[in-house]
Amino acid sequence: MAWQWFYRMGSPRWFYEKTERWIPWLATVTALLLITGVVWALGFAPADAKQGNSYRIIYIHVPASFLALAGYYVMAVAGAIGLIWKMKLADMVMKSAAPIGAALTFVALITGAVWGKPTWGAWWVWDARITSMLVLFFLYLGVIALQGAYQHQATADKASAILALVGTVNIPIIYKSVDWWYTLHQPATLKLTSASSIHPSMLYPLLLMIAGFYCFYALALMLYTRAEIVQRERRTAWVNELVGGLK
Amino acid sequence: MEFQFASLAEFWAMKGHGPYVWACYALTLSTLVYLLGAPRRRHHQYLKQQQRLKVAQAHINKSFEK
Amino acid sequence: MDSPSMGAAIQALLRRDLLLAYRHRGEIANPLVFFMIVITMLPLGISPESAVLGSLAPGMIWVVALLATLLSLDNLFRSDFDDGSLEQILISPHPLYFIVLVKVFVHWLVTGLPLALLSPLLGVMLFLPEAGFVPLFLSLLMGTGVLSLIGAIGAALTVALRKGGLLLSLIIMPLYVPVLIFGASVVRSAIEGFPIAGELAVLGALLAVSIILAPMAAAGALRISVNG
Repeated sequence: MAWQWFYRMGSPRWFYEKTERWIPWLATVTALLLITGVVWALGFAPADAKQGNSYRIIYIHVPASFLALAGYYVMAVAGAIGLIWKMKLADMVMKSAAPIGAALTFVALITGAVWGKPTWGAWWVWDARITSMLVLFFLYLGVIALQGAYQHQATADKASAILALVGTVNIPIIYKSVDWWYTLHQPATLKLTSASSIHPSMLYPLLLMIAGFYCFYALALMLYTRAEIVQRERRTAWVNELVGGLK
Repeated sequence: MEFQFASLAEFWAMKGHGPYVWACYALTLSTLVYLLGAPRRRHHQYLKQQQRLKVAQAHINKSFEK
Repeated sequence: MDSPSMGAAIQALLRRDLLLAYRHRGEIANPLVFFMIVITMLPLGISPESAVLGSLAPGMIWVVALLATLLSLDNLFRSDFDDGSLEQILISPHPLYFIVLVKVFVHWLVTGLPLALLSPLLGVMLFLPEAGFVPLFLSLLMGTGVLSLIGAIGAALTVALRKGGLLLSLIIMPLYVPVLIFGASVVRSAIEGFPIAGELAVLGALLAVSIILAPMAAAGALRISVNG
């Protein structure tokens, strides 16, 4: 019986109809979390003793970085499910996760660089985290490029799934090797975030922002997947009804 | 918990870090808005395009029936 | 008639690919010449001073070796794909894993091994300190194996695409980061007088993991590319 539930979840139509009702709620929650978080972060969290006000950028940089990495795993897992169980919905989710993850990685990179300038005096530092994030960005771009290269969508899906999985195996290795390389050349004096030693008045808005970003990610993923569903399932009766129902 | 800045001018300036902070928040806002808007637009445009094709097809079919 | 045993099949494939490589032995020179030309450009673009070049040499030689390997990867499966023999190979009853492994081995023999052998010459041209020569050779010997193995995945994914070459580089390069880091650092550590056994072991581990996993991924990718 559990497998029935699993396969029902894999139906694009089920996903489309369910998300139709979830999206307004999710959008509300996301807006609440993000707006509260941003207002708190910008106006009410105390300024950092050493960094002054530039540290307020971490309220974006950290959530974006988390989602950038988590989003890659979402993409890879969706790809694996599509590859192994041949679930069409999983393929669509994988394809949708790529541009979202790439955009968030880009935000993480830029905000990291802009944060670095007033804080440490340099726009770019080849430290482990930022360099690994840059490599992650390239991994995303590779999957996006591969998606667009094939004539048949099915081949593109399978190929990108393989690439995403190969990347997954590599991400920890890449991070560890860059980290090792960096500490070899720079003494480890900088800690970009030490959440455990962060003051609660600074921590709570950060948690709000992280939660808000996660909700945002789910929302964006649903929207992208729905657009993909409508395109791929255009020959089905229910999509035709959708088309007919338009104004 | 209190508002950390004496005035809105100070809030904007952020003790000299204003350009950095606001640039980041602006970039993020535009990215988030884009990530929500682009799929919806694609979705809607696709459905409209399919509808136009359907209408065009119906016209063609009618003209064949005559 | 019994189908040939796997050992016989591997031998036959090995002989075939080696023979093909020999027939196109002029092509072996291409990545090597590329290697040399780019290394020549470095002093022209940066500085001819021995101090500057010497400090950059380990990383430079490694990066250029990496690029030269990327250039040669497109051919790994393409000629077989173009004349239809790849499809035949896929139908064979023998595990695709070993077939891919053999092909990658031959590729390494004609690309990575010559690069490693040529590297001391380039070390001389870039004023590589004496302590670096043997480590450079060893690290390239092992490292190019990893490059060929991981590169095979990209080659398999893009073999059916017309302009697969640049795309292949784009998708494979991020995966090359660990090999590059450890390969170049073996040379640098040796130059600075540190023991390199540990770092060589890491390179060895990367090679071992690639030998086990990369052909599997490449085999899957080949099936997708050919059947797609």
